Amino acid sequence: MKPNNMLAAGVISLALAILLPLTVLGSSSAGVIAFVVLVLAALWAVYTIEKRRALLTSLIGVIAAIAYPLVFNSTEATTIMFFALLYVAIASSWNIIGGFTGYISLGHAAFFGLGAYTIALVADRLGLSGGYGLFAVALLGGVAAGLFAIPMGYIALRLRTIHSFVIVTIAFLFMYQLLAFNLQDATNGSSGLAVPQPDWSGAFFNIPFYFAALLLAVLTVGLAAWIRNSRFGLGLMAIRDDEDKAAGVGVDTWKHKFTAYVISAVPIGIAGAIYAYFSSYIYPQTVFDPMIDLTIVLSAFLGGMGTLLGPILGSLVLQPAQQLLTLYTGAAGWDLVLFGVLFLVVILLMPSGIVPTVVERMRRARVQEAVRKADALSQDAVPDAAAEGGQG
Amino acid sequence: MSALLEVRGVRKRFGGVEALAGCSFRVEEGSITSLIGPNGSGKTTLFNAVTGFATPDEGDVELRGEKIQQLSPDRIYAKGLGRTFQQVRVFPRLSVLENVLVATSHSSVAQGLRTRTGASERERAMEILEYVNIARLAGVPAGSLSFGQKKLLEIATILVGEPKLLLLDEPAGGVNPTMTQQIGDKIRELNARGITFLVVEHNMEFVMGISHRVVVMARGKVIAEGPPDVVRRDPAVLEAYLGA
Repeated sequence: MKPNNMLAAGVISLALAILLPLTVLGSSSAGVIAFVVLVLAALWAVYTIEKRRALLTSLIGVIAAIAYPLVFNSTEATTIMFFALLYVAIASSWNIIGGFTGYISLGHAAFFGLGAYTIALVADRLGLSGGYGLFAVALLGGVAAGLFAIPMGYIALRLRTIHSFVIVTIAFLFMYQLLAFNLQDATNGSSGLAVPQPDWSGAFFNIPFYFAALLLAVLTVGLAAWIRNSRFGLGLMAIRDDEDKAAGVGVDTWKHKFTAYVISAVPIGIAGAIYAYFSSYIYPQTVFDPMIDLTIVLSAFLGGMGTLLGPILGSLVLQPAQQLLTLYTGAAGWDLVLFGVLFLVVILLMPSGIVPTVVERMRRARVQEAVRKADALSQDAVPDAAAEGGQG
Repeated sequence: MSALLEVRGVRKRFGGVEALAGCSFRVEEGSITSLIGPNGSGKTTLFNAVTGFATPDEGDVELRGEKIQQLSPDRIYAKGLGRTFQQVRVFPRLSVLENVLVATSHSSVAQGLRTRTGASERERAMEILEYVNIARLAGVPAGSLSFGQKKLLEIATILVGEPKLLLLDEPAGGVNPTMTQQIGDKIRELNARGITFLVVEHNMEFVMGISHRVVVMARGKVIAEGPPDVVRRDPAVLEAYLGA
C-alpha cells in the first residue's frame, strides 16, 4: 500500500472506532457531529484510494444523506442538516460564477429573497394551501430568480472589472431589500409575509423539507459538475485565470460570464423558496440578508473556491457548526464570531481553501515519492517527476 | 501575392498621446513580416487594434478585404487571426492540456454547455503539445512552467485554432539563444505549412534572419517598409533608432 492510502485507511479506522459508538447515541448533537465527520472521513478516504472516485464518492455521500434522517429523526438533527444541504446547493450554485469564473458576487442573496417572495406571493394570490404541491411552486422561485438575473447580469457585467461587479451586486441586494420594505401593497413591507403551512406534525414535519433540500443539492452539484466538465466551463475557468487571453483565443467572454451569472441564480431562487416555506414567515431583512452572502462566500472559501467539492465541504462544516452554536449558546451572534475567527484562520493557514490545499499537498507528496524512488534506482539519471515537479 | 491583412490610416489616441498616427501597411499572404521600431513607437497598440483589444479611432483593418476593426477579440480569433502577448500569458491554474483545449472551443455558449471537451480534441491538443515538445507536461498546472515552456505553450494554444495569420509579440524576448533558434525554426516551419506571420521583435538578428519583409514604425507611423537588407540600410530607420 502507498503511504497515502495507509494514512487514509488509518484515519478511517480511527474515525470508525471513535465515532461509531457515538452515532448509536441517536439524536444527540454529538451523534450528529460524529455522523458528519464519519461521512466526510469516508468520502475523503474513498476519494484518495479509489480510481473512479468521483461517482463512487458522490454515491456514498447521497446514500449517507438519505440514511441520515432515518438515524437522526429529532427536529434539531434534521433542521441542522436541512440548512447544511440547502447551503450545499446555494454555495455550489454561487460557485459557478464566483468560483469557476472568479467574479465574486456579494449579492446572490437577492435571488434567495426573490425566490422566497415568489412562493409567498404566489401562494397568497392563488390562495394555495400547504402540502407537497407547494414544493412545485418553489420551482417558480427559481424561474423568477433566473428572469430577474437577466437584466441584473446585463448591468453588473457591463464594466469589465471584478471590483465594479462586486459593488454592483451588493447594491442590487440592498435595492431589493429596500423595495421589499417599501412596496407595501405587494410585500406587506416590514410586517412580512406568511407562507401557508402543511399539516405535517411532530418530527415528521422536517422530513419533506430535508429531502427537498437534498434533491436540490444533488441537482445543483450535478449542474455544477456538468458545467465544470463542459467546454463552457473550461471557458469560464480561462476567464478566471486571464480574461484578455481568453478573449484572444476565441472565448466570447461576455456571453460566458452572463450565462454563468443567470444559471447560478436559479438554484438559489429555489433554495430561497424552500427556506420561506420551511420557516413559514419571511421578512425583507431575513431573506434579502447580506449575512447569506457572507455565509456563501465563507463556505466556498473555506472548502476551496472553484472546486466542486469545496462549497459542499464548506457548507457541511459551517452550517452544522453555526446551527449547533446557536442551539447551545441559546444566543444569536456567536456564529458571527465563529465566522470571523474561521475567516482569519483560513486566510492565514490555507488561503486557497481546504480542498486545493490538501490536493496540492498530496501532489507534492507524490512527486517527492517519485523522486525518492528514482533516486534509489539510479543516482545519475535525472528523474522525470523531479523535472516536472520542480518547474517554476 | 495578395494582402491577407491590410491596415489603412489607423489612428488611436489615449488621452493626449497619439499612439497610432495614421498607420498603414499590408501583410502579404504566406509571408513572414516583422514589425520593428523603438520603444513607444506604437507596435503593441497596433497589435491591439488589429486583434480587437483596442478599437481604432479612425482607419480600417481588413482581413482578406473584410473590415474587422469593430469586431470583438473572440470574433477576430474565429476568423483565423491569433495572437500572443508581449508578457507571456498562460492560464496558470489550468493544466497545460486544458490551456490548449480552451482555444479549440470557439463554439457558442449553448453548444459549449452541451459538449464535453472530447477525445478528438484532446488528441489534437496532445499532437500540438508534442510538436512544441511539452507534451510530457500536459497534466501540470501551466503556472508552474518555466518561462520558455510558457512561451511554447502560448504558441501551442494559438496554433490549435488553426489560424491563417499569427501575430507574435516578441517571441524571442527574454529567452536563451538556443530557444530563440528553436522558436525561429518553428516559425519558418509553420510558415512553410501556410501560416502567415506578423512578428514584433527587438532582436534584430532574429528579425533579419526570419523575415521576408520588415515594417519599421516610429511615433505611430510606418517610416520604412521592404525586404530586410533594404530596410537595414535605410537612413530613416537608422535615424529613428539612434536619434529617437
